[in-house]
Amino acid sequence: MAALPNKLAKLLRLIGRTQDRQERIQLLIDFSRRYRPVPPDVASPPYAEQFKVPACESQAYVFPEPNDDGTLTFHFAVENPQGISAMALAAILGDALSGAPLEQVAAVSPDVVYEIFGRELSMGKSMGLTGMVALMAGFARSRLAQED
Amino acid sequence: MSDIADRGYANPEVLVSTDWVAAHLDDPAIRIVESNEDPLLYSSGHMPGAVEVDWTRDLNHPLRRDYLERDGFETLMRRIGVTSDTTVVFYGDKTNWWATYAFWVFQLFGHDRAKVMDGGRLKWEREGRPLTTDVPTYPAAAYRAPDRDDTRIRVFRDEVLAHVRANLPLVDVRSPEEFSGERLHMPAYPNEGALRGGHIPGAANVPWARAVNAEDGTFKLAAQLRAIYQDEVGLRRDDDVIAYCRIGERSSHTWFVLTHLLGFPRVRNYDGSWTEWGNLVNVPIEK
Repeated sequence: MAALPNKLAKLLRLIGRTQDRQERIQLLIDFSRRYRPVPPDVASPPYAEQFKVPACESQAYVFPEPNDDGTLTFHFAVENPQGISAMALAAILGDALSGAPLEQVAAVSPDVVYEIFGRELSMGKSMGLTGMVALMAGFARSRLAQED
Repeated sequence: MSDIADRGYANPEVLVSTDWVAAHLDDPAIRIVESNEDPLLYSSGHMPGAVEVDWTRDLNHPLRRDYLERDGFETLMRRIGVTSDTTVVFYGDKTNWWATYAFWVFQLFGHDRAKVMDGGRLKWEREGRPLTTDVPTYPAAAYRAPDRDDTRIRVFRDEVLAHVRANLPLVDVRSPEEFSGERLHMPAYPNEGALRGGHIPGAANVPWARAVNAEDGTFKLAAQLRAIYQDEVGLRRDDDVIAYCRIGERSSHTWFVLTHLLGFPRVRNYDGSWTEWGNLVNVPIEK
């Protein structure tokens, strides 16, 4: 089992240190403000279905961009202006998984969502957010498969 | 969109406009309640004076898959400073999907001084109206609730089965992919929380969002709603109707539409919904 990417482990420790739900929410809102939509030279609407996060009601998309060192940089589009949790997760994962070893990205479990947001998520919200992690891990697996 | 009073609704008083809410922000007889699916949204900014009612923390039973009971509801109402005379106005994200869910739960305890803000949070934001991160506190109010009444607007699986056997109408408000069971078989999709895909036999598929105008999230005119639910689906106003979705949240939106906007007297929400039905042993399923 691959270790967590360093940056992700660090971010999870930071989030885990929050004292209560409100502090965690505030931290996640701060992350959501760091969200930046995908640059137009990487992707522009209408976005292809292959980049769409499954089951995400915020209409979120993930775009992997290959780096020279074989890793991926992840970009995002969250089409729902009120999809603040999706934006927060995009900002966190974009920072933590871009440039990380592909084996590690491929092994990130969708359950990381619960470490970030806690368990108090609706089923629909859980499906969307875990779907974002699963899609990113899937892109890493595809990239690894291309290298083989 | 036309004035709510002119839209032909059966109970127009249950719906209020953003203008109306803006004019009542400081009205002590009104408590504005934000209810969202997104757990970060309220804290990121909300209507001045609005309190948050969170589905998972505030409306669920702490242990069982059920809603809070009378004591819990009284505690909630004290926390948000609502008396039996307070009119509660709900609004939220997803064009009031969660707001109508909270509204429905409040009706289980008979708090009928309740309204929904047409267009929900997105309309308020798009109109450039004020938002604040200040969380208000209100003096704890004395509130005596009756026992929760699960007989009027809520329905359980055995009653649903009897309903199916009697060939009575159901409305499945999920997406066409969920209705067909297709989604469960797409490998990239997480499980819908059910072992089987499909729908309850006899159900008509009317995705909940068809009841709202996509451009601003307001409810469609009564005539447009009748065209969907009565002309297209064939429901009659005096039908005994059950609405369901995955866990009963989206279907509370359709319950609201049928009950309050179209005036159907007998509509019940099956909150067990597909996460229960699709896991039950030996119940009929259609695909």
